[in-house]
Amino acid sequence: MIRKSAAVPAAFDETPEAAPAEAHIVFEGIGKTYAGGVRALNGVSFEIRRGGVFGIIGRSGAGKSTLLRAINMLERPTEGRVRVDGVDVAALSEAELMRLRRRIGMIFQHFNLLAAKTVRENVGLPLEVAGVPAAEVRRRVDALLDLVGLSDKAEVYPAKLSGGQKQRVGIARALVHDPEILLCDEATSALDPETTASILDLLRDINAKLGLTVVLITHDMAVIRAICDEVLVLDGGDIVEQGPVWKVFGDPKGDATRALLSPLRHGLPADLAARLRPEPPPHGGHAVLALRFTGESHPEGVSLAALLALAPDAKLLHGGVDRIQGHAQGDLIVSVPVAAMRSAVGARFSPDSLKVLGYVAHDV
Amino acid sequence: MSPTMFDRYLRAFSETLTMVSISVAISIFVGLVLAVTLVATAPGGLYPRPRFNKAVSVVVNVFRAIPFIILLVALLPFTRLIVGTTLGTWAAIVPLSIHLIAFYTRIAQVSLNEVDHGLIEAAHAMGFRRWHIVRHVMLPEALPGIVGGMTVCVIAMINSSAMAGAVGAGGLGDLAIRYGYERYETEVLFQIIVILVALVTTVQFGGEWLSRRVDHRR
Repeated sequence: MIRKSAAVPAAFDETPEAAPAEAHIVFEGIGKTYAGGVRALNGVSFEIRRGGVFGIIGRSGAGKSTLLRAINMLERPTEGRVRVDGVDVAALSEAELMRLRRRIGMIFQHFNLLAAKTVRENVGLPLEVAGVPAAEVRRRVDALLDLVGLSDKAEVYPAKLSGGQKQRVGIARALVHDPEILLCDEATSALDPETTASILDLLRDINAKLGLTVVLITHDMAVIRAICDEVLVLDGGDIVEQGPVWKVFGDPKGDATRALLSPLRHGLPADLAARLRPEPPPHGGHAVLALRFTGESHPEGVSLAALLALAPDAKLLHGGVDRIQGHAQGDLIVSVPVAAMRSAVGARFSPDSLKVLGYVAHDV
Repeated sequence: MSPTMFDRYLRAFSETLTMVSISVAISIFVGLVLAVTLVATAPGGLYPRPRFNKAVSVVVNVFRAIPFIILLVALLPFTRLIVGTTLGTWAAIVPLSIHLIAFYTRIAQVSLNEVDHGLIEAAHAMGFRRWHIVRHVMLPEALPGIVGGMTVCVIAMINSSAMAGAVGAGGLGDLAIRYGYERYETEVLFQIIVILVALVTTVQFGGEWLSRRVDHRR
């Protein structure tokens, strides 16, 4: 049942200049106005390439759910077109739409498993209603439960499972028609951090093994960082920005993006902020600098020797570097004696941005 | 107890059982069909037909509003049309069923409406036909409520059937009124009360047991 697709995704988008992969899902001016006049989407256009993991992030009400549901027409946009493999999905007849939906798996925040059916029956039902013979259903369900690591729970009812196990059943069920696309609707938002990590690993694994295109929506940048290749930031029904995850993380352009990233960034700690003053104190003191590495100029990492060259008495106060898609990036907050600062700023060592946050009287 | 009196009890008991079981079977079947129809044709349902939905709903309400003893009399011409007579057990089954269809339709409708919309959305996403959603999602998920509603229904029917004596249908209630009330045989009245309490208790416990059997929600 595991179909090896020719379109195995490139592990990471190492070179941004690489030829753009074939578009799998194309959004053309998608807009949605609800019956009450509420506008959810303002005509957004973008493409999702085949075989990647594409993340759509936004706060609640940003329109991400409407966008995701336009792909399989669970919600019809009021303007624009969605093309899957070049086919306008809104123009399909009911029977054609049903066939399309069988090529698009979907998992949900609240799992949406049938309480009255066992794990095996839940996973097998989509095949059963499609008229697949019982023996074949059994074979495929066994293979899928094996893939998601739940072979021993086949005869159990969902109520007896943990949240993570329920989502694994959801994933197995979504894969039962051997889909080309997997839609994830806040799939980890109801799970604890550890379970979230294991579900994301599983999704990554499935993406690599089966070569299907994964589209996920979330409000959590950590999810984007963990598994996405590309991210689209949505705010108030408009696209804020879009690009490879490392780029958007390293150098966010929009306020909405920065707000969403703030829990993951190393900002100025509150105790330090309270001690900062705008002017250097009369007798020396220290300057507090914020260094930012976007992953663009030092993708391989931040040189410790260069940090040392900043000033012999420089101190690393707070910060961190993350490696995202092979690009090291992050924020460092450093204190430097004011006397040594001038030379430090002009040093050969150059972060992508350097900002003097303020000064402190004594050593911090 | 004299042998003739015992026979009367036995006969009344079997009449009650006949009336209740046949009317319940009819009304649960028809009520379920109507409930599915109402849920499916509601605005935003699987086959939205708002005007048809409204019409069915009004008809159901009309029958819900009429007290059984009045319905019994009002339906006499219809009863004669269906079973050819207006007297006896079968003549009571017609109004009993109609009375209960309306009642059970609403109970089943509530259970069906309580099925999580997310499940229906998921079924759409998996490429289910609409009929499959009714058959494999809505009905099985609503089953605990549907079964629980049947229990309520059977007990309501045991109650209503006591009034069926008005059309000579017999039954336990009729026996209690004719002997216990009209002939001042208080003993008969109490014995029938005991039998009815036992019957209702059995149905209630049986229904609860069945409801638990089909409920996998916890």
